[in-house]
Amino acid sequence: MIVAGGPVIPNFGTGSSCEVNNGWFCTDWVRQHWGDTLQPALFQHIELAAIAIGIGFVIAFALALVGFRFRLVDPPIGIVSDFLYTIPSLALFQILVPFTGISLLTVEIALVSYTLLILYRNMIEGLRAVPEEVVDAARGSGFTRAQTFRRVELPLALPAILTGLRVATVSTISIATIAPFVIAKGLGQPIYAALSQDIFKTEIFTAGGMVIALALVADGLLVLLQRSLTPWVRA
Amino acid sequence: MPGQAAELVFDEATKRYEGRDGAAVERLSLTVAAGEICVLVGPSGGGKTTALRLVNRLIELTSGDIRIDGTSVREQNLVQLRRGIGYVIQQVGLFPHMTIEANIGTVPRLYGRPRSWIHTRSQELLDLVGLDQSYATRYPAQLSGGERQRVGLARALAGNPPLMLMDEPFGAIDPIVRARLQDEFLRLQKEVRKTVVFVTHDIDEAIKIGDRIAILRTGGHLAQFDTPRAILEKPADDFVAAFVGRDRALKALALHTLAELELGPPADGPRIPRTSTVRDALALAIEKHAQVLAVTDGDAVVGSVTRDALLS
Repeated sequence: MIVAGGPVIPNFGTGSSCEVNNGWFCTDWVRQHWGDTLQPALFQHIELAAIAIGIGFVIAFALALVGFRFRLVDPPIGIVSDFLYTIPSLALFQILVPFTGISLLTVEIALVSYTLLILYRNMIEGLRAVPEEVVDAARGSGFTRAQTFRRVELPLALPAILTGLRVATVSTISIATIAPFVIAKGLGQPIYAALSQDIFKTEIFTAGGMVIALALVADGLLVLLQRSLTPWVRA
Repeated sequence: MPGQAAELVFDEATKRYEGRDGAAVERLSLTVAAGEICVLVGPSGGGKTTALRLVNRLIELTSGDIRIDGTSVREQNLVQLRRGIGYVIQQVGLFPHMTIEANIGTVPRLYGRPRSWIHTRSQELLDLVGLDQSYATRYPAQLSGGERQRVGLARALAGNPPLMLMDEPFGAIDPIVRARLQDEFLRLQKEVRKTVVFVTHDIDEAIKIGDRIAILRTGGHLAQFDTPRAILEKPADDFVAAFVGRDRALKALALHTLAELELGPPADGPRIPRTSTVRDALALAIEKHAQVLAVTDGDAVVGSVTRDALLS
């Protein structure tokens, strides 16, 4: 039944006048639904993003090891990750669902493929940017190839690798909001719920704001990590 | 860890690159006695750096051999060989992510020396190369070019190698600091007595630094291998004479100090310490339009020298 002059909010129809009038931001709604809607969605969102970034990082690192060691395979790896990056996420879901079903796996495959390009490129560029004379000095001092990589090339590529990780993290947190096209998880969920309810503003703003806040916090934590791992950069 | 100075022998050492005409280094044979500084000098394309890098096998020999204290470099484990040879390069190549102490401790750490040992050793070496011990905790980016090269030298010395390879170590440093580093390097060499192979394209540096100089011409041929004095006074051929320069007679003056001359009785004139080279003394005489210079030792005038005596 439609109440004249106001939007229909079936789930929360008994709410305050702010809710009934679809005000810009109803604090009482947020307080009421933090426990049953927002907080679980936040935790799911962190989980979605963390899995994607973790797996993406491991795959990108393995690819970077190969691409750095064997220059010939770098261009093909680059092209494939470029290509994955350009597929619209909704199209990618369409392609994947017949194979992997309506599942977390489908979402993660999509999210992981978007992290690869950024992570791989930064790793390779970081490793390549290590000054030639530093590597020469390492080899001349009697480092094995493995020691040169572990003690010299990798640490010196760390600033670039962590910068890539920051960009990948922020973009994954943002892209993860489309997960509800496949499974009901993450902060995308309350956003879709609000859209389906004639655009319930409070819910959209709150969930959207939480996505932004999560991205900023994650980025901030990575900046702190970057500083503690690379003290020489500011020296 | 390795110890005292080693004898280094190039025996018909040759490096050719596939698909390139001529050799980079052609049948190079010379012996560097233990504790001596051998300078490889010559125009670019002369194969100096290639010859140097053949020793620690950053470049592999095509034919011939190089022996350190009788053992062929080909027979040694690559990594062990390099750890036993100090290596200094023009761009220094300090590890930017490591403190100065960690940089100096590079080779001892590869040998598995404990942290406390490395700390003591790096403090010692900072002293030796004339840097304050407080530098230990800094990063390379916080040092000047000259200071970085001092650390580069300390790093190369840290494993107490019997042989040092130095590839234009002062080439990227401004002339004033370069002269000071050369002086300090010679002082330091008196203390540590390493066998040193030193590459430069600067004949003046070669004359100043080398016990012996090997002049390489394009294609890696050895044009002359002799003491600085012999090279200046008796160049083997036109190439050497041209490379050394038309002012070689003047350069030869830099090989002698006033202390080696017979001085006249103390006299008035522009003052110059007796440790100065004849070349510097002559430059002073010309600059001051003086016929006689007062030679000093500390604050005391100990004798005199005339412009004519300097020229003879």
